[in-house]
Amino acid sequence: MNRFSLARLFAMLIKESLQMRRDRATVGLTVMLPMVQLFLFGYAINANPRHLPTGLLTAEHSTYERSLAAALQNTGYFDIRPMATEDEAEQALARGDVMFVLNIPPDFSRRVDRGEVPQVLMGADATDPTAIANATAAVVALNATVLNRDLPADMRVQPQQAPFQIVLHGRYNPEQITALNIVPGLIGLILTVSTLVMTTLAITRERESGTMENLLATPVRPVEVMLGKIIPYVGLAYVQIALILLVSVTVFAVPVRGSVPLLLLALGVFIACNLAMGFAFSTMAATQMQAQQLSQFGLLPSIMLSGFMFPFMGMPAWARFIGEAVPLTHALRICRGVLLKGNGLAQIWPDLWPMAVFALVVGAIAVSMYRETLD
Amino acid sequence: MTALAIDVHDLRKSFGQRLVIDGLTLQVPEGEICGFLGGNGSGKTTTIRMLCGLLRPDGGGGTCLGMDLLNDAPRIRLQIGYMTQRFSFYGDLTVAENLEFMARLYQIRDRRRAIAEVLERIGLADRADQLAQELSGGWKQRMALAACVLHRPRLLLLDEPTAGVDAKARREFWDMIHEMAADGMTVLVSTHYMDEAERCQRVVYLSGGRLVVQGTSDDVVRAAHLVTFEAAGDGIEQAVRRLRHLPGVETAAVFGRTLRIAGMDRAALRAAIDSLGEDTLHWQEVEPRLDDVFIHMLRDTEA
Repeated sequence: MNRFSLARLFAMLIKESLQMRRDRATVGLTVMLPMVQLFLFGYAINANPRHLPTGLLTAEHSTYERSLAAALQNTGYFDIRPMATEDEAEQALARGDVMFVLNIPPDFSRRVDRGEVPQVLMGADATDPTAIANATAAVVALNATVLNRDLPADMRVQPQQAPFQIVLHGRYNPEQITALNIVPGLIGLILTVSTLVMTTLAITRERESGTMENLLATPVRPVEVMLGKIIPYVGLAYVQIALILLVSVTVFAVPVRGSVPLLLLALGVFIACNLAMGFAFSTMAATQMQAQQLSQFGLLPSIMLSGFMFPFMGMPAWARFIGEAVPLTHALRICRGVLLKGNGLAQIWPDLWPMAVFALVVGAIAVSMYRETLD
Repeated sequence: MTALAIDVHDLRKSFGQRLVIDGLTLQVPEGEICGFLGGNGSGKTTTIRMLCGLLRPDGGGGTCLGMDLLNDAPRIRLQIGYMTQRFSFYGDLTVAENLEFMARLYQIRDRRRAIAEVLERIGLADRADQLAQELSGGWKQRMALAACVLHRPRLLLLDEPTAGVDAKARREFWDMIHEMAADGMTVLVSTHYMDEAERCQRVVYLSGGRLVVQGTSDDVVRAAHLVTFEAAGDGIEQAVRRLRHLPGVETAAVFGRTLRIAGMDRAALRAAIDSLGEDTLHWQEVEPRLDDVFIHMLRDTEA
């Protein structure tokens, strides 16, 4: 006789949306925040930087050297700047004015002509390995054939003789534009931040302002309170998704190769995960301050272990194990998969069901933790 | 005999090591206004919270509106109105929106009419579109009362509803409570104000989580067997300071131009008055008042 009631749920929904409307600042922030993040991450983070300043140290100006420098320049990774002395080059590298120093030995052309295989020293600023990884790979691929045109016919390296050749083939993102990797990932990250933090605060706000006591004394059921608090945020989350997708496609030229409805559906499951987690946190926290900290606690593994920040395959086994339990990990794969690879339901299913299980389990924990009394 | 709205026995509740309610037995007949009195921390709020199912008693039990306190809490909630000590509605919603929310939670059929009626009755009609947080203390209390009686509860639990509210607003608030009781609603109201206690048909005095005395205010005064003397004249300010330390004098206080002392032992009080040896004061024995009795009880339980 006092089971779940749609009417009471409706009451909660109306109340929450009214409060949301009054709190324009927060709603404004939740709309603006993803934009700021999108532009910051989309433009600022680049794991494949090009046009890295490179100092060139050389004693002579032979044809070989000019070809080598030109070839480097042509990879797009290097901007060659001539350096006068080794000391100057050293200083520039230390200050960070250049990322690389190419040091060609004085008798380079003579030794090449003699077939002595002279060594060219490439000093690199390795403080940010990711930043130079692709550039160094380009150098390795280069050196076997770069001088072919200039060498006497008998000294030319024949393609079949080359000891190895590195083939760089970036699928789905052949130009390796980082934004194409980052932006779909950002959808998941932004949703985590907004939905997790918002719901975590929702219940604690009621408790802190004393309205919880009132709510508890009414016939409203825990599930009604939970759904009533969560559903408005689901609506807000979809507004965010729409905005992010729009900007991703128009500004960052992210391709949409898969089905958008499928993506929206999968993201719905992901949102449910975060809301359930947020609700569980908020039943544990006594104050909004604690709730904030708890949500950070949920946010950190999401960011660090989901593969957003570091490549998932590069993490040690234990970290991957934890990462698999983080909903964002699966959401990232789904976003990238659907948008960049055109994956369908069959391909995203292995990532969809773990999120559904997560949402159900954590949601059940949250409801059972919601205390109907003040004890 | 009328039915009992509240009938609980041996209620016990502790928070951690602290025993807050220690075997409380309480009966309130339907339709009565029952004043709930006691010092700070005497267990008034805890008792009220147990009655509306917000706290689970550790021991004891009973019925509230004929329903079992321990097992029927969700059903009890449908028929009680609980007004918390602290304003606990949504400041960022208007008065009407808050009421609308409550009306929906209680699934009131004709919401609009119920809200209009209660706004009219409590005199909030022209403030309906004001944000609750912008209301002054007295109006906030009215709004809270309106929200609590919207669903026409059979039992109204009010936890210090008039704390921090001016005298006029308090009187109007109590007029409304009396009106509602006349309609058959049972009211349990905790308060620190003696004039409010005197407006109750029955007062219950709580101390250390136990019921110390209950009855009409006259009953309570009579049962205390307190002796009170009053004096008027010059020098009461000096006299009160000396009297306070004399044996047999439990309380001595100045009220405007009169000095009141109270104690259990008439002879000791007379001796104390005589020992002052001043003839500027005119003493006479008077009827003790409810506040004399309560201060006496507070002293007793503190000792």
